[in-house]
Amino acid sequence: MKALGTATFCRRLFRRQLVLALRRPVEVANPLLFFAVVVALFPLGLGPAPDQLAQFAPGILWIIALLANLLSAESLFRSDYDDGSLEQLLLSPHPLYLSVLSYTGAHWLVTGLLLTAASPLFALMLGLPLHAVPVLCTSLLLGTGVLSLVGCIGAALTVGLKRGGMLISLIILPFYMPVLIFASSAVDNAALGLPVAPQLAVIGAMLSLAIALAPFAIAAGLRISLDA
Amino acid sequence: MSESPLLSARGLSLERGGRELFTGLDFSALPGRLVLIEGENGAGKTSLLRILAGLSRYGFEGTVERPERLLFIGHQSAVKGLLTPRENLAWHSDGLADCSDEVIEQALQQVGLHGYEDVPAHTLSAGQHRRVNLARLYLPIDVSLWLLDEPFTAIDRQGVARLEDHFAQHIAAGGAIVMTSHQALRLTSGVIKFSLSKGLMP
Repeated sequence: MKALGTATFCRRLFRRQLVLALRRPVEVANPLLFFAVVVALFPLGLGPAPDQLAQFAPGILWIIALLANLLSAESLFRSDYDDGSLEQLLLSPHPLYLSVLSYTGAHWLVTGLLLTAASPLFALMLGLPLHAVPVLCTSLLLGTGVLSLVGCIGAALTVGLKRGGMLISLIILPFYMPVLIFASSAVDNAALGLPVAPQLAVIGAMLSLAIALAPFAIAAGLRISLDA
Repeated sequence: MSESPLLSARGLSLERGGRELFTGLDFSALPGRLVLIEGENGAGKTSLLRILAGLSRYGFEGTVERPERLLFIGHQSAVKGLLTPRENLAWHSDGLADCSDEVIEQALQQVGLHGYEDVPAHTLSAGQHRRVNLARLYLPIDVSLWLLDEPFTAIDRQGVARLEDHFAQHIAAGGAIVMTSHQALRLTSGVIKFSLSKGLMP
């Protein structure tokens, strides 16, 4: 029997995570539902004047996306930790860097990508100018990748704790700030008709950096959490 | 048969909560041997196995030399309730085997799960969960060292007998097994008992 190649192994992990997520559609839908509910709350709190809502829309949309991502990050490694799959992953002869990257990729697909796909609807609900919607989607597409990777670091560090919920926010929220700043500024600029390339480029750079470095931190975090 | 150990540990010492669980432990697993680690509850058997497997990397003294590929079965079954037994084995996170469907079916049949290949694992009983996990031992993977923590938990008597036969086959083929168990083994040839308090026993 031939040994399992690393690329095949990562593909299988990726598929496994996707199948697991899709067999719990409620958990996939939760962040979207959260997004929809909170977006619906803003006109009640801020007043329904379309101009005012449109002015705040970029910031609002991005803050909600960030919180939705935060909510889903915590449970990422939880069930694998509880049932022992994570120990098996650490003992596998394949580089942990690549296997956690497939975990994160699958997570991003069912959170970030889905939020991006649904975001035009929410943008219209808040009256964001139509010409800013493509920029919103691009910024979400790149930005949620960073959020997923950074969120995984927090999840890996806190997975061994009974109640890691608060701690994970404390650990990863500071790293979410730069994404929030540049992304909402990009959407703001787009709404005003100003250039957005610099901000998107910075988010792209953050994503590249996160892809290169975050898996090391996630792997180390998992090893520490499993060592207890 | 070569006599270089598949796994060797030197000078292992572990302290937990101010209690010394073991000190200066030397340990090796030769091909063709089954090492049965004995000790009462809380003696440190699981801790020792986790150190040997490489899951515990800090908090103990000593060195362990282990092969890159090993098969570890711990207390938790590592079986996903949302996946079927077939998917659990095919997409297992240990990343050891690249198995065809037939091979997986055979392995599941060996552990008495024929007919359960495609039902969600959460509908199976606790013992059947364990059996899905133990089916990994029947996959034809190229791993000579097995580390098994209480493999007989929740397994019925016939199941235990079949497992013991399988262990005998594995060590006869030049593999090594390190395991903990509170049950007496029927198997005798090639079995070495290792007591955490008294050391190696003939």
